[in-house]
Amino acid sequence: MRGITPWKVAVGLTAVALAAAGCSSADPVEPEKKDGSFIISWGEPQNPLIPAGTSETQGGVVIDALFTGLTQYAPKDAKTEMANAESITSADNGKTWTVKLKSGWKWHDGTPVVAKNYVDAWNYAAYSPNGLINGSFFADIAGFDQVHTEDPDGEEGPKTAPKPATDKLSGLKVVDDTTFEVTLAGPSNLWPIKVGYAAFMPLPDAFFADPAKFGQAPIGNGPFKLSKWTKNTELVVTRYDDYQGADKAKVKDVIFRVYTDDAAAYEDVKNGTIDFQQQVPSAKLVGNQYKSDFGDRASNKPISVSAFIAMPTWLPGYNDPNIRKAISMAIDRQLVIDKIFNGTRIPMNGWVNPNMSGYKADVCGAACKFDAAAAKALWDAAPVKPKELSLAYNGDASHKDWVDAVCGSISQALGTECKGKPFPTFGEFRTLVVGEKMTGMSRAGWQADYPSIENWLNPLLRTDASSNDGKFSDKAFDDKLKEADGTADLAAAEKLYQEAEAMLPNLMPTIPLWHSSQQTVWSEKLDNVVINTFGELDLVSVTVK
Amino acid sequence: MGRYALRRLLQAIPVFIGTTFLIWFLVWGLPGDPFAGRCGEKKCPEAYVTYMTEKFNLDEPLPVQYLMYLKNLITGNFGQTFNGTEIGELLAQAFPISMKLALVAVVAEALIGITAGVLTGLRRGSFIDNLVLVSTLVLIAVPIFVIGLVARYALGLSSVSPDAPFVELIIPGIILASGSMAYITRLTRVNLVENRRADYVRTAVAKGLTPSRVTGVHLLRNSMIPVVTWLGLDLGALMGGAIVTEGIFNIRGIGGLLFGAINRRESGVVVSIVAILVLVYLVVNLLVDLLYGVLDPRIRYE
Repeated sequence: MRGITPWKVAVGLTAVALAAAGCSSADPVEPEKKDGSFIISWGEPQNPLIPAGTSETQGGVVIDALFTGLTQYAPKDAKTEMANAESITSADNGKTWTVKLKSGWKWHDGTPVVAKNYVDAWNYAAYSPNGLINGSFFADIAGFDQVHTEDPDGEEGPKTAPKPATDKLSGLKVVDDTTFEVTLAGPSNLWPIKVGYAAFMPLPDAFFADPAKFGQAPIGNGPFKLSKWTKNTELVVTRYDDYQGADKAKVKDVIFRVYTDDAAAYEDVKNGTIDFQQQVPSAKLVGNQYKSDFGDRASNKPISVSAFIAMPTWLPGYNDPNIRKAISMAIDRQLVIDKIFNGTRIPMNGWVNPNMSGYKADVCGAACKFDAAAAKALWDAAPVKPKELSLAYNGDASHKDWVDAVCGSISQALGTECKGKPFPTFGEFRTLVVGEKMTGMSRAGWQADYPSIENWLNPLLRTDASSNDGKFSDKAFDDKLKEADGTADLAAAEKLYQEAEAMLPNLMPTIPLWHSSQQTVWSEKLDNVVINTFGELDLVSVTVK
Repeated sequence: MGRYALRRLLQAIPVFIGTTFLIWFLVWGLPGDPFAGRCGEKKCPEAYVTYMTEKFNLDEPLPVQYLMYLKNLITGNFGQTFNGTEIGELLAQAFPISMKLALVAVVAEALIGITAGVLTGLRRGSFIDNLVLVSTLVLIAVPIFVIGLVARYALGLSSVSPDAPFVELIIPGIILASGSMAYITRLTRVNLVENRRADYVRTAVAKGLTPSRVTGVHLLRNSMIPVVTWLGLDLGALMGGAIVTEGIFNIRGIGGLLFGAINRRESGVVVSIVAILVLVYLVVNLLVDLLYGVLDPRIRYE
């Protein structure tokens, strides 16, 4: 028999033996471990890769891979579950919290993860001279006003913020290596939910030696470690085999590749050069082209991002809730969504995103439904009309089309001309909005930091809240929020927040427009794709074929 | 020639300072706080804005900022981006890739353009002349992004890998070169046609030189001066101006870096890239001028 040499037989036998071994060792407890790597379309992060210094998505997705905090949100339903924390308990209805860490966790450089790493990281982030973007997330910890000072006369004024009295939050106390205690300024039952956000991740001692260097080569405690970062080109993370969490990664490497043009990235996912694109370019939404291109390798999912119109409540006319209601009822949301967004937005009927815990449908009722006649009647009955009916937006992103459409809808229904008002850059636009320089309405958007109804009310609508663009203020509403903030029981608090939201249709502080959905595509190489509440690919559960 | 080159290099200094100063003012003088739009839909915290403003010396008056930048630049320090990356590192990463692409493009346009130009110039009025004429017209008329997108999506090409090997750059390079290729073809053709009637060509033919020597040495060399000028300027332009092609094929070069930096208001990156491009232009211009002397001995430099 020509052709059958001894080594070929040997190879054949080994293969048979391996196959047999594979069958017999199919242990039901040990899940099948798949290695391999895949490539994600990505953009260069805007800030150094420090958890409390990153707020945008490109940096955020890497931070999520590299770090694991006390709690995390389940990818499927955003329910909060313990991660690095063994338990977070409060004996006094949410004022002081005792955090116990799981033992045996290690940083990627081999040092153990201890309670001090959390306390140090939070102190650093809250200390205002360090200038971290997410510093204000620590505002509800006792002693925040001692470490975080504000500029007394605003950014424009000549004075600068005074140096804080101390750089340690008085509310943080290390008990032992795996335990620390947190005292809040006031009781909050949402606190274990909040600490799942990236701002609350711990930092290793290596960070404090050289923060600038750390931002370029972060050392985390998460399921992946950073292995290579070629600037403006790609970033590679590798599975951390000593990871102690339950969410162990299935793949070995994840490569984040920088794309300037999302049409190029889309084409590359299509031909299999790369494997994942979080948001397909808008050109591919027309006629659902991405669906015909990708079939079942595409998803369309509502995400925790919503659009509003902010009302300049300090201007005559706009300070009348009935005028605001009339404008809201004059907008044909569904028509704009169908014509401009190819159906990729979902009309809002309330002020809270549906991905949130505590969400209630149809809170706004008729006030957020298109009714030209009722809108006109309300408008005509109002004693003072706004001097200028305009909707401002930043021209450096694709807002023009929908703004013009919304304005068209308003003009038609109210019989008064509404104008879209572009400003060249988002920076300039924000400066004007924040400085109360707007002479008409302006567009606004919000993305959830943590999946709770509270995150859609307190930061946006409370008097003097950080993102209250319209300077809306209502005493009864504020009191209701305060009551909810101070309520120990989570379910009861949620109910109070819902009651607060139910007050809004009559006040119409901002006009809810729609929430976004995200169209994601992936290559044939990926399996078990789960898109989490924040629209990101869940990196630990995905496998490659 | 040495003194001439030296004088030109000295002249380059005020040009360099003037251009970078202008760009500096235009980019950093834009209205609006560069940090206001960096926190998504939210207002950026004051502590962050204050920290960044101080870190990037934005609280100083513009001329002082510029002098500080220039001082760092002379010591080879380009500064940092807002995410803490050394701009020098970004440039060192992107420039070789853009240079490779520009080189491929220039070689392609020189080879194809000059060949086509010579062919048509020697056979004026023939079928091939008309064919090339029409195709150059098409190339000049169709914008580069159309050619690029059609080539990429019709041929189903994938993006260039991150390290941009030469082989993968050939098609993007040819696309990038397409417009200039057409100009070079026409430039070569026109000059050939004109010079063919010149006295020295008639003399060369009368001397009994072979046609290939007449064309190759006497005719072509004299016709190359405008073409070399074009090629030189194009090399400079291609290095900074390949935004469209780099975007379509996701080549991580200077064009994409510049585009992204403008979008993110990374003014430091924009100014640094422009500063280097100014240098490239100055050097390329000087080289082109010196090449004239080589091509045409009648041109001398004092």
